[in-house]
Amino acid sequence: MNLVISIIIGILFGSSIFLMLHRSFFKLIVGIFLFGYGTIFFLFSVSGLTKNAPPIIDKDAANLTQMADPLPQALTLTAIVIAIGVQVFVIILLKKVYETVTNEKHVRTEDLDDLKTTDKID
Amino acid sequence: MNEAPLLVFALLSLLFSGIFCLLFRNNVRVQKAIAITGTTLFLMLAILLLLQVYHHGIQVVQVGDWPAPFGISLVADMFSALMILITAIIAFAILWYSMQDVSGERKAGGYFSLFFFMLFGVSGSFLTGDIFNLYVWFEVMLVASFVLIAIGSSKAQLEGAVKYVVLNFIGSGFFLMGVGIVYKLTGALNMAELSIIIANHDETGLITLSSVFFIMAFGIKAAVFPLFFWLPASYHTPPISIAGLMAGLLTKVGVYALIRFFTLIFVQDVQFTHTLLLIIAGLTMLTGVFGAIAQNDFRKILAFHIISQIGYMVMGLALYTSLAIAGAIFYVLHHILVKTNLFLISGIVKVTNRSFLLKQLGGVYSRYPLVTILFIISAFSLAGIPPLSGFWSKLFLVKAGLAIEQYLIVFIALLVGLLTLFSMSKIWKHVFQSEDPKSSNEKEDLLNKRKYMLLPAIFLATITLFISFFPQVLFELSQIAAEQLLNADTYINAVLK
Repeated sequence: MNLVISIIIGILFGSSIFLMLHRSFFKLIVGIFLFGYGTIFFLFSVSGLTKNAPPIIDKDAANLTQMADPLPQALTLTAIVIAIGVQVFVIILLKKVYETVTNEKHVRTEDLDDLKTTDKID
Repeated sequence: MNEAPLLVFALLSLLFSGIFCLLFRNNVRVQKAIAITGTTLFLMLAILLLLQVYHHGIQVVQVGDWPAPFGISLVADMFSALMILITAIIAFAILWYSMQDVSGERKAGGYFSLFFFMLFGVSGSFLTGDIFNLYVWFEVMLVASFVLIAIGSSKAQLEGAVKYVVLNFIGSGFFLMGVGIVYKLTGALNMAELSIIIANHDETGLITLSSVFFIMAFGIKAAVFPLFFWLPASYHTPPISIAGLMAGLLTKVGVYALIRFFTLIFVQDVQFTHTLLLIIAGLTMLTGVFGAIAQNDFRKILAFHIISQIGYMVMGLALYTSLAIAGAIFYVLHHILVKTNLFLISGIVKVTNRSFLLKQLGGVYSRYPLVTILFIISAFSLAGIPPLSGFWSKLFLVKAGLAIEQYLIVFIALLVGLLTLFSMSKIWKHVFQSEDPKSSNEKEDLLNKRKYMLLPAIFLATITLFISFFPQVLFELSQIAAEQLLNADTYINAVLK
């Protein structure tokens, strides 16, 4: 199962980088989403997955071998919340950029190459 | 020890100022009053915190009273306390500056509350003693800065924001992966406990691997070579108050995290990690200063100088001796003051001539001698002309480099100092010394309406002069901080006692 998960994480990262290297706004958004999922999945699975075991057990049940480590799960939850916040912000930001660029050029464009003015030497 | 909650109060003063600003979001006048009260209170608490750390040693608060390795610890050692103090000084100056600089539309759009939330994130990053908690503070700081950089929605700002957001999001991803690997290897997240476990860990190779993730993550935040591309593309786009705040503080949070991690936690393979950092430092210095020489926009020159100066700080860390780290800390503090002040001055110059482009500026020397003096103090200090503060900080680093015979990096540091002076003289020649490009009939005194913008610049220049003429005060504090960083036992004992 670990092998499958590793491959899935690899696919997530690979496709996110592939998408982010495109020139389209939309692909950038999807790329950022996939990158976020990749990191979260990595964080969740890197310390080992325990099958069929609860993360929180009773005080009296001393058998720790049947317990999943709760900490990576807590970290993952926090990371998911933060990542979703940032991803939503990215969507709004790129929508704003799309509107500004479209208004300026009077053509519908979602080409990231239109965002080169701040790099130029005046 | 019973006075320890002081550092909690410092954080809460920022959090509550931010929340109150949000509650009064329709009334900018009330927000201004809250903001002034909040920053003044924060400044006083920061001074008290520094005195407390100076007299009583490292201050620790266990959040929620959970014992140390299980709960989250907030720790204020000398380094943190100094960083908090400099944050408070910058916040104080920027707030006064932004009263006349930031447009009413942006103020109504939540500028003040974002200002406080960003400072809250910055201060939290300086105080936390837990690596996952550091990630959360980073995100608080970043999300607030994302909005600050885009607030007002001019086209340039939105463009800058896209680059800034995407690259910093990727940086956070690397940080998170590093945390995952470290937790897998050690089962700990508390910095003090990590320090103990990693010192006795068998699998040095894997630990070093995880440390590279942190170099990537903090390298993106600190804008070191080759990860700096977002900085010159975005820092010049927002209003000067926001740009100055970010230029002063945000990259330095990355440097702070690098220094903290690579003195306390990852010292298992100094040969590899610190040599890597040394190479990064040299290349960062050179690329930053060459980039600055090529630019023709006041703010972009300053933005590229941030990069080259980051190189000096990383160099201090990479040399890894007591003097070098004290020098790096001194450098961080001096740089924050000087760089923020230069940004503020560029804003004042813009008011006088309505432009940031060097070729459209001119004649400031004959019309505004005070602005010129402020610029000279900051620019010469940045380049390292004696007796200004930049000279002392470079002196300590060079001395530390010579002591362990790293001649190449010392040579690069001195060369970059010279090139910094060159690019500052370019600004000097075009902006201050040249003829006024405007004809005489349109020479109204534009600055007169906004003359309060000068006060924060004078305030910061005075502190720079104080450091310049009494460097031993700050150097003594930096040395205490460096000693605490290099003797991890004091930190560990304070946290895990």
